[in-house]
Amino acid sequence: MFAYTVRRVFVGIIMLIAMSMVTFVLFFASPIDPAQFACGKNCSLEQRAQVRKGLGYDKPVWEQWKNFAVGVAKGRDYPEDKSLRKSAPNLVAHCAAPCLGYSNVNIATVTSEFKTRIPVSFSLAIMAFILWIVGGVGLGVIAALTKGSIIDRGLVGISLIFFAFPTFFVGLFLLKFLAIKWGFFPVPNYISIADGGVWNWMVNLVLPGLTLALFYMAGYVRMSRAFVLESMSEDYLRTARAKGLPGRKILFKHTMRAALTPLVTMAGLDLAGLLGGAIITERVFNYNGLGKLAVDSITVYDLPTIVGLVLLLGSFVIVANIVVDILYAFIDPRVRVG
Amino acid sequence: MSLPESQLERLETTVPVDVGDPEAVLGKSPTQLAMGRFRRDKLSMAAFVVVAVYSVGAVLAPVMVKLNVIDPLKLNQNLLDPSLGSIPKAKWGGISLAHPLGIVPGTGTDLLSRLWYGVTFSLTIALAASVLAIVIGTVLGIIGGFTGGWTDSVIGRFVDLTLSFPSTLMLLALSATGVALAAKVLPGSGSDPLPNGFYEVLVLGLFGWPPICRLIRGQVLSIREREFIDAAKLLGASRRRLYFKEILPNLWAPVLVSFTLTMPAYISAEAALSYLGVGIHPPTPTLGNILVDSINYSVADFTYFFFPALLIAVIVVSFNLLGDGLRDALDPKADR
Repeated sequence: MFAYTVRRVFVGIIMLIAMSMVTFVLFFASPIDPAQFACGKNCSLEQRAQVRKGLGYDKPVWEQWKNFAVGVAKGRDYPEDKSLRKSAPNLVAHCAAPCLGYSNVNIATVTSEFKTRIPVSFSLAIMAFILWIVGGVGLGVIAALTKGSIIDRGLVGISLIFFAFPTFFVGLFLLKFLAIKWGFFPVPNYISIADGGVWNWMVNLVLPGLTLALFYMAGYVRMSRAFVLESMSEDYLRTARAKGLPGRKILFKHTMRAALTPLVTMAGLDLAGLLGGAIITERVFNYNGLGKLAVDSITVYDLPTIVGLVLLLGSFVIVANIVVDILYAFIDPRVRVG
Repeated sequence: MSLPESQLERLETTVPVDVGDPEAVLGKSPTQLAMGRFRRDKLSMAAFVVVAVYSVGAVLAPVMVKLNVIDPLKLNQNLLDPSLGSIPKAKWGGISLAHPLGIVPGTGTDLLSRLWYGVTFSLTIALAASVLAIVIGTVLGIIGGFTGGWTDSVIGRFVDLTLSFPSTLMLLALSATGVALAAKVLPGSGSDPLPNGFYEVLVLGLFGWPPICRLIRGQVLSIREREFIDAAKLLGASRRRLYFKEILPNLWAPVLVSFTLTMPAYISAEAALSYLGVGIHPPTPTLGNILVDSINYSVADFTYFFFPALLIAVIVVSFNLLGDGLRDALDPKADR
């Protein structure tokens, strides 16, 4: 088990390195000059060249990548000029150890920008996750238990309908009708637990969370329904019924355990994808999370932030993959990893 | 259930067959059995009809535009009420004989024409992206699954790497460069729908192939152990023959199911990307950019809000139901 974990982590690190290389080639070798965006509209060619040099965009791609990698490991200074650091230390920004770069647009290190955005995206992801797991698995089990009835058809049909509309449409619909027109909910506006307490935090997250949950729920309803149905036809369930176990115990101890193990993998990976920010939902509800940061930094072509985001989100997925595989070995007694 | 295989066969053959009816004696191929199962499934058949209607409509739309039956670009400002924020003067979003679904607020274009032509653009994008994803996924899946070993693990890591990239973010971030490059490669200026659509298809396809690759690889792993592969190898078949003449024909079922399930995903994706400002922009209509515009009028002009959403939901649901129905029908275990 330990050896397996070490191997997986090692592969994960190599994947991240490969990812950072691909990202660098894609962005820094593109014909768009990032210095042009950093320098602004009224910028002479000399000024632009100066900005390019100051930001290190004049170096070859592989050298930029090397500097980036060193920055992640040891931290680095912006601009990287030793003489300037001695003569005017106030002009040099230091970016501490896991340094993902320095954003000239936000005048802050990318890491510090992430730190303010991550709580928003994580809150949203967790709220959505709770809603869709409870809703999706609960309704899926109900549908399976009432197989073929109107309830079953209705549940599967309704979940499919929500799945059919694009997320932004569902989100804007909830926002315009439930919040603005009918006033069932306050117009969502992220309030951290520290600022407004648990209740305010939660109430403001319901609509964006629901928007995401409705999208994911469809798949989970159908899948948990299918898995429960599959495990209900197993022999050991007949045995459990034959030996006189009460229905509830059979459902929770025997059926669900076998049926829901495969869902753990999916749920883990979906959650990891969401932790990196829901670009559309955050934009709809104007939440300042990682997704909104992504859209904003793309609009102004803030390369360090974009590259940092790609790597952060990629690392979430890679870590989730490892965690899910290890978790799976604990949940499913049949899985043995060597 | 507990009967051994041989006994089961004997049971089947002893079932009396009415010899007077030659049809009854004829065996059915697995494909015919699957078709029969599919036809019996009413919901899937309905979904199939809807998909067929949309497809025929999509093919006909350019012809109708040429014949001037529909005109998605003609402005009818005289039908709009400028004092109310340019919503249609008439009730129900300006529904009339000339404009069966009403007119678009703001521009006064005919909604039916825009939606009809929009279906063409949306389905074309989804189709091209699906084909791209399926071709890449299938080819890499066959090569990885059949070759195994080193090649297989390289492809497997490549799949993992592609899946780790946040696709929406990459799509947005690369769009400026991508569209500019596409405009250079393709004829026509940058404002044409062509470079935008081309970029969208390319990126959707390039990020969409990994799940298909995994699925196909799994299938190939079991196919490569079958006897006809050994026979082909013994006869000295080349790799290309093995891949495309021996293995590929056995994969049409998973490929077809993947196709019917990626289509709705890309139709939705096109809409989502329109919301983020990537892809084909108005005045060229797509279901996505009409939907994005329509949501602004959710309160002021309900008709305009209702029809685009309905149209996109119906096609997405139908494709999904069709995919599910095909998967069930093509599963040989389904009759049990």
